[in-house]
Amino acid sequence: MIPIEKLQLKEVSSTYSSGEEKLPVLDRVSLSVGAGEFVSVIGPSGSGKSTILKIAAGLLNPDRGKVFIDSSDITGNPQLVGYMPQQDLLFPWKTLKQNAALPLLAAKTKKKEAYARVEEMLPVFGLEGFADYYPYQLSGGMRQRTALMRTMLIDSDLMLLDEPFGALDALTRENMQDWLLRIWERFKRSALFVTHSIDEAIYLSDRVCVISERPGKNVLEQVIELPRPRKKELLTTEKFTSYKQMLIDALSVKS
Amino acid sequence: MKKWASIKSNLPAAVFLGLIVILWELISRAAAVPAYILPAPTEIAVALGDNFLLLIAHTRVTLAAVLSGLALAVLTACILAVAMDRWKPLKQALYPVLVISQSIPIFALAPLMLIWFGVGLLPKILIVTLVCFFPLAVNLVEGLSQVDPEAIDLMQTMKANRWMIMISVQLPFAMPFFFSGLKIAATYSVLGAIIGEWLGARAGLGIYMLRAMNSFRTSHLFASVIVVILLSLALFKLVELAGWASMPWQRQSKDQMEG
Repeated sequence: MIPIEKLQLKEVSSTYSSGEEKLPVLDRVSLSVGAGEFVSVIGPSGSGKSTILKIAAGLLNPDRGKVFIDSSDITGNPQLVGYMPQQDLLFPWKTLKQNAALPLLAAKTKKKEAYARVEEMLPVFGLEGFADYYPYQLSGGMRQRTALMRTMLIDSDLMLLDEPFGALDALTRENMQDWLLRIWERFKRSALFVTHSIDEAIYLSDRVCVISERPGKNVLEQVIELPRPRKKELLTTEKFTSYKQMLIDALSVKS
Repeated sequence: MKKWASIKSNLPAAVFLGLIVILWELISRAAAVPAYILPAPTEIAVALGDNFLLLIAHTRVTLAAVLSGLALAVLTACILAVAMDRWKPLKQALYPVLVISQSIPIFALAPLMLIWFGVGLLPKILIVTLVCFFPLAVNLVEGLSQVDPEAIDLMQTMKANRWMIMISVQLPFAMPFFFSGLKIAATYSVLGAIIGEWLGARAGLGIYMLRAMNSFRTSHLFASVIVVILLSLALFKLVELAGWASMPWQRQSKDQMEG
């Protein structure tokens, strides 16, 4: 049987150019995310991980290669996807509720109905009582949960997450990982997750793709066979450590 | 705490200004400078008191031109800035022309306005609009174009249309830019109205100034200058207040900076 692929990138290459300078960023990168699968992309900083997500969302047109969502070619055409960029990108002039309701309003939902749906979701994200707060009044973790909630309210079963927890302190980060897993299990979405933390990638994913230094190439693809729901105890198991060793080795290979 | 800090920061300027006024008073008394050349501050104060009602009447005429001109400038600047942001060819065509138009001295344009539109209120409003339009439009265009491209990307993945992106992202982002333009415009606006009145009007602070000048009542001239200063300051503060009231999300960072 052919597996149902939610997202497929086929031999995608990309160049960053500013003026005269041309910098190859991605070199024939292929990867796929199955329906309901959680896939992480891991690589050194500047290996074009964010570019992969932009191309996957259709926001960026690659020089070569194709992108398929649900088997249809969407290369270079912005799609309705749960894209979560590196910074939380909550708009400072909007309250938590107004920020989270944006995807609903963009989908032409009535304002009243949109806010009602946001209010309903607040407890799921541990944000009840904060609907009318401005982002600057929220903690880093709360802002990230708001951004995650906004991503979940985008009516698409594909999530593209770009190092969403990179700016958080270690403790908040670990909490947020569990949050994300619970949300992901609850909403049954396909996820492509970019990170440079090996632990994070193993802990969250069904599969981890390792990308080399710039220009990014496929180095290794590793299926993570750890039981779900994932628990923090896993972090110290032998299996976890052997995955970790494997990924460290793959990352240290020079291209 | 905040109040005290703001008083403390304004204290040196107040002391300096006070010293100048005292020195000025002493010199004009000791050297017996004729009042039509340099009236003493006390004489100016007397002139201000004697003509208070008359000055108020003239101020109202000027203020009408200032406020209508500002309103018109805000309206046209907003429409043009949004249009230029939406249609790049329009921006490429119009933006350089706007910059060139700014190099035409207002003293050259003002008489034309009077020739075309007479000595009524309209030419003054138009002169104020001309003076205020530029800082507003330039700041707005700048603000609209400086939005984080990632934010636009994000909105695109939500399939938001261009107008939604404009209204919920670009315009709020550009608001601080708009208000700093409006502060400059507000201070220019009084000047614009007075220039308009100098060239021909029946009433207004500009006319009051001309009459005081022609009859060598220099203390009255100084009195009207004080009114102009107060008027400009009041407008400036009003714009600041409006900015504070309409951008609650900006307060936090300001408080942090001062605190």
